[in-house]
Amino acid sequence: MSGANDPYDPKEVAALSAENLDAAVQKAREAFAGAADLEALAAVKPGHLGDRSPVLLARREIGALPPKAKAEAGKRVNEAQSAIRTAFDERHAVLQVERDERVLREESVDVTLPWDRFPRGARHPITTLAERIGDVFVAMGYEIAEGPELETEWFNFDALNFGKDHPARSMQDTFYIAPNDSSLVLRTHTSPVQARTLLDRELPVYVVCPGRTFRTDELDATHTPVFHQVEGLAVDKGLTMGHLKGTLDAFARAMFGEDSKTRLRPSFFPFTEPSAEVDVWFPEKKGGAGWVEWGGCGMVNPNVLRATGVDPDVYSGFAFGMGLERTLQFRNGLPDMRDMVEGDVRFTQPFGTEA
Amino acid sequence: MRIPVSWLVEHIGFDEVPTPDELAEAFTRIGIEVEEVSPLGPVTGPIVAGRVVEIEELTEFKKPIRYCRVEVGPEQVNNIICGATNFVEGDSVVVALPGAVLPGDFTIAERKTYGRVSQGMICAADELGIGDDHSGILVLPTGTAQPGDDALELLGLGDTVIEVAPTPDRGYAFSVRGLAREIACALDVPFGDPGVVEIPEAEGEVWPVHIEDRTGCSRFVARRVTGVDPTAPTPWWMRRRLMLAGMRSISLPVDVTNYVMLELGQPLHAFDAAALSGALTVRRAAAGEKLTTLDDAVRALDPDDIVIADDSGVISLAGVMGGASTEVRDNSSDILLEAANWDPASIARTVRRHKLPSEAAKRFERTVDPALAPVALERAAKLLNHYAEGQIKPGRTDVGVPALPEPVSMPIDLPDRVAGVRYARGVTARRLGQIGCQVAVTTSDDGQTIVTAVPPTWRADLVQPADLVEEVLRLEGYDTIPSTLPPAPAGRGLTEQQRRRRTVWRTLAEDGFVEVKPFPFIDPSVFDAFGLSSDDVRRNTVGVLNPLEADKNVLATTLLPGLLETLQRNLARGARDVALYNIAQVTLPRAQQVPVPALGVDRRPTEAEVASMLAALPQQPLHVAGVLTGHRELAGWWGKGRMAEWSDAVEAARRVGQAYGVTLRVVASDLLPWHPGRCAELRVGDWPVGHAGELHPKVVEALGLPKRTVAFELDLDALPLDDHRPAPTVSPYPPVLLDVALVVDASVPVQSVSEVLGASAGDLLEDIRLFDVYTGEQVGEGKKSLAYSLRFRAPDRTLTVEEATSARDAAVAAAGERLGAALRA
Repeated sequence: MSGANDPYDPKEVAALSAENLDAAVQKAREAFAGAADLEALAAVKPGHLGDRSPVLLARREIGALPPKAKAEAGKRVNEAQSAIRTAFDERHAVLQVERDERVLREESVDVTLPWDRFPRGARHPITTLAERIGDVFVAMGYEIAEGPELETEWFNFDALNFGKDHPARSMQDTFYIAPNDSSLVLRTHTSPVQARTLLDRELPVYVVCPGRTFRTDELDATHTPVFHQVEGLAVDKGLTMGHLKGTLDAFARAMFGEDSKTRLRPSFFPFTEPSAEVDVWFPEKKGGAGWVEWGGCGMVNPNVLRATGVDPDVYSGFAFGMGLERTLQFRNGLPDMRDMVEGDVRFTQPFGTEA
Repeated sequence: MRIPVSWLVEHIGFDEVPTPDELAEAFTRIGIEVEEVSPLGPVTGPIVAGRVVEIEELTEFKKPIRYCRVEVGPEQVNNIICGATNFVEGDSVVVALPGAVLPGDFTIAERKTYGRVSQGMICAADELGIGDDHSGILVLPTGTAQPGDDALELLGLGDTVIEVAPTPDRGYAFSVRGLAREIACALDVPFGDPGVVEIPEAEGEVWPVHIEDRTGCSRFVARRVTGVDPTAPTPWWMRRRLMLAGMRSISLPVDVTNYVMLELGQPLHAFDAAALSGALTVRRAAAGEKLTTLDDAVRALDPDDIVIADDSGVISLAGVMGGASTEVRDNSSDILLEAANWDPASIARTVRRHKLPSEAAKRFERTVDPALAPVALERAAKLLNHYAEGQIKPGRTDVGVPALPEPVSMPIDLPDRVAGVRYARGVTARRLGQIGCQVAVTTSDDGQTIVTAVPPTWRADLVQPADLVEEVLRLEGYDTIPSTLPPAPAGRGLTEQQRRRRTVWRTLAEDGFVEVKPFPFIDPSVFDAFGLSSDDVRRNTVGVLNPLEADKNVLATTLLPGLLETLQRNLARGARDVALYNIAQVTLPRAQQVPVPALGVDRRPTEAEVASMLAALPQQPLHVAGVLTGHRELAGWWGKGRMAEWSDAVEAARRVGQAYGVTLRVVASDLLPWHPGRCAELRVGDWPVGHAGELHPKVVEALGLPKRTVAFELDLDALPLDDHRPAPTVSPYPPVLLDVALVVDASVPVQSVSEVLGASAGDLLEDIRLFDVYTGEQVGEGKKSLAYSLRFRAPDRTLTVEEATSARDAAVAAAGERLGAALRA
C-alpha cells in the first residue's frame, strides 16, 4: 500500500517492487529458518503468509495499477508468495521429521527388560518324543494304535506266545492285579496292542503304539517301574526281515540323523521268531559315535498270528519295540532317569512345547 | 553263566584258538549275549606255592591273627601274618612274595604289621583274581604243588572268563557243551560233543525207582558208586574251573555233580545211599507234607511240587533242591547219583512258590536234553572212581520215556523268503545239520523242495519252521540281511480323537502348565485327606498285588493325588508359582466285576469271547487334570502380579474343551476335594465331564499345600467328538454397540443371565460380553449389577440404532421376566 501522502505513481508502487518482494521473501526465509520447532514455525507463519504479511498486502496494490502493469506485478507477487510457501513447507517438513524422531526417541524403552509375566509351560519330553515317533511312522503310512494299561494276561502274555510257566513270563517282572486269580496285569510292554490290532483291524496292518508300561523295577538312574515304549507292527503278504531292517533304519535316520543306522543281534522274544536286539548307530553318542542298545524286534511268531486268526502261511509280519525313556536318555544325554518321573518343573520346562 | 576260555575251547577243533574278544564277538553275532569278558589277574612277580610249617595264634588283637612260618622254596621259610583261619599246619597254599603285584595294583612288600614282620601274603582266591570267593585263603589239594613252584602257571592266570546270558529258549547253552557247539557253529570249526558217548551196558537196576507222575518226570536215571573215600579232595583243576564259574567247592561228590552240570548241562543229585530207606518214588507232594532242604529251611510243600520220596517220606524237592536228611556228608561213602528230566513248567512254579532259584532249576526250567542223563551219570561216576577210588556198581536204573523232538518240515527256501535274502545253495541243510539236526531233503508232490529236520535231543525249542528259519538266519549272520523299506500302505493319518488329544496336550503347555507324569499308584489314605465319604465312588479302586511301595497299592481313580504329590515335591524344592498338568488313564472298576474267561491260543477267539474278555477289564478312560498355585501372572517391572484363583482352573478346563472342539458349560457344584462355594461342574449339554475350582481349605491344610490352590480334572474320553465344522458368515456392515446394566439377585448365576440375554436378543446380536460385576450399596443388599456390552450387526445392511435398541430391550425384558432382572437405575 502506498503511503497516504505519497504521490500516486502506478509505476512506482514500492510494495510491488522487485526489491521489496525479494526482501520479503528473504525475510520469510530467515524467519522460517530461525524457527527451532513446529510451534515456533507456526508462530512466525502469519507474519509471512498471513493476510497482513508484506506479500499479501502488496497483492492488494495490484488493482490500482494500470492494466498493462498488472500482469507483470501479479507475476512478481505470485512468484514471491510461492517462494515463501515453498520455504515454509520445506522448513515444516524438516521440523516435522525432527519432531517425529524426537518423539520416537523419547518413547524408546529398554527392550531388554525381562518379559516373564506369564510363567512358561511345557510338555513332558516323553510326550513330545512319542508324538514325534508317531509322526515318523504316520509319514510311512502307519496308523497309531492304542490299548489299555491294565490288561488281561491273555493279551499281555498268552496271545504273545508266552507259555504259562515259561521263564520268559517271570522275566518280565510283572505287576499283578488283585485279587490273586484275576488274570489281570499292568501291561509289561506295549506288545499286547499287537494282538488287539490283529483282532481289531483288517489286514494288512501297519501300526505303531506309543504307551505307558509297567515292570517291578526299583527306580534308579537307569530304571523306572513306570515307563513308555513304542511298539511297531506290520503284517502283510511277503514281509521279510529285510523290510524290518529297512523300517528300523528309516526310523533311526528320522530320529538320529542321516548317518544313523541299525544293527540286529539274534535274541529271543516269545512273540517273534526270528528275534533280534536292535542297536542303533548314534552319531552324537557321548565320547564319540557308536552303537547303543535300542530295543527288540523280530518276525511275528506264527503262533501269535494263529492266536489272532491270521493265516501264517499267507501273511507274515514284523514287530519292534523301544523304550522311550531310554531313547530320550541317550539322545539328550540325560544322566538320571529319575528326573523324568519326579515331575520337577525345572527338568521339564526347558523342553517347551516341542523338543 | 561264567565259563573260562580254556574250558570252552577244550571240545573245539581250532587250528588257532581265537582271542577271548573274538570268541565274545562270535557269541554276540549268533545271539548268545555276552555280559562280561574278564581276563584273570593281572598278577606279576613272585607268586609261589607254599607249605604252612607252623602257625602261631596271636591273641592280643580284636580278631584272630595268625603268624605263620611258610615254606616257600627249597630251604626257604618266610614269616607271614594271616587273618584267615581256614587252614592247618601242613596245608599247601599260594603265597605272594614281596615284589608281587596282585589285581588292583596291589603290591606286596615286606612290612611290619600286628607287631611282626610279614614277608608276603597267603592269598585268597579273589585276591588272585580268580572268582570272588573271599571266605578264606586258598588251600590247594595235597600233592598239587611243591613249595616254591610257580603258582602263576598252576593257577592258570593267563585265562579269561567270559560271562554269557543265553536267552531262556536255549537251555542247552547253559553248559560248556552247548556253548562250545555254538562257537563251533559260529566259526565253522569242528566240534567234539562230550554229550554223545558210548554208555556201557548195565546189569540190572541199581535202585528201585517208581515214577508215579509221568508228566512231572519223563526220565529218571540212577547210578551207584560205593566205597568212595570221603576224605578224597577235589582235584585242583576241577576246583579251579568251579571257582571260575562262580561255584564254591563243597566236597568231591558235590563238586563232581556241579562240574558235570556245568560241562554237560545235566543237573545231578548225589544221595547218601546209606541214608535212603527203600525204593524211590517220584510223585507230587501231598498236602501238608514238609521237607527240610539242604539249606536247612523247613518247607511246606504244595500238592503241585514234584518230589522224590522214600519209605521215610519226601527226601528231595525234585530238580530244585535236595533234602537235608539224605545229603552227602563228610563221611558218606556210598553214593547214589540221580539224573532226571523234570517238567519245566512244574519246576518253574516250584521255584516261584518257594523262592528257590537254583542252578539246577534254572536248567530244568529251560529244558534239559533228555538223552543226557545216562551220559552225565557215567561221567560223574567215573570222576568219583578216579578221584575217590569209588566202585561203580554195574547196575543202572533208567525209568521213563522222555519225549524226543518231532521232525519239522518246511520249504527249503523259507529262510530265504523270511530273510529277504538268496542264500547260497545248500546253506539251509548245512546249517541245520551243523546244529545237530538230522536233515533230509525231499520233493513234494507239487514240486517244492522240502527240508525235514529232526532236531537233536537238546533242542526242544525247535518245533516249527520259524524256529529252523531263525537258526539259518542267525548262523548266516543278521548282518547279511538287506535293508529294504516295505511298499508304503495308504495310511489314514491320525484319528480325529488322536488329533484333538494332541491339541489338548499342546494347549495346556502353551497356557503355562508344565506336564508331569506321576505314577498311577496311590495311597488310598489320600481320599481321607480329600475328605471323601466312605461310599465315594473314587474310593472304589483296583488293587495291585505286588506294589513297590506297600502303601501305594491301588491304581488311581483320579489324577489329582499324583498331581498334588508332584506339586508338593516342587514346593519342597523351592518352587512357588507352579502350574502342572497330567494326561493319563485312570482305572475305574466295573460295577459288576466279571472274571476273565480262560482262552486258548490255538485259534482266534470268537467275537463273544473277545467281548467277555474286554468286559472283564476295568474301564480306563483318559483324564486330564491340572493344579495351580502361586502367581498365574508374575509381578514385575510392569506392575503387580495376579495370584491363581478358582477361575483360572475353570478357564483351563474350558480351554481343554475348546481344544477338543467342545464348549463346556459351567454349573455351580459342591464336590470334594473342592471348596463347596468355589467348585464348578463342567458339562457337555447336561452331561457332567469334570470339575474345576479352588480346593477345600481343609484339604489344602491336610496336604500342606499353599492356600487357595486350585485344580481341575476332566474325563477326556467323555468329551464327544462333535463334528466341528464351523461355517461363519462375516457381515461387512457397521455394528451398533450398546451397553446394559442389569440388577439381579446375588444368587442368580451370571451364566443364566448371559444365556437369557443371548437367547432373547435375536439374530442381530453378534456378541455379548460381561464387562463388570458390581455389588454394594448402590444396588442394594442381596443384589448384584451385571454390566454387559452387546454388539449388534445386520448381515445385509447398516443396522439402525432403533433396531438394535429394540432387540436389546427384548433381551432385557426376557431377563426381567425369567430372572427378575431389572435395568440398573
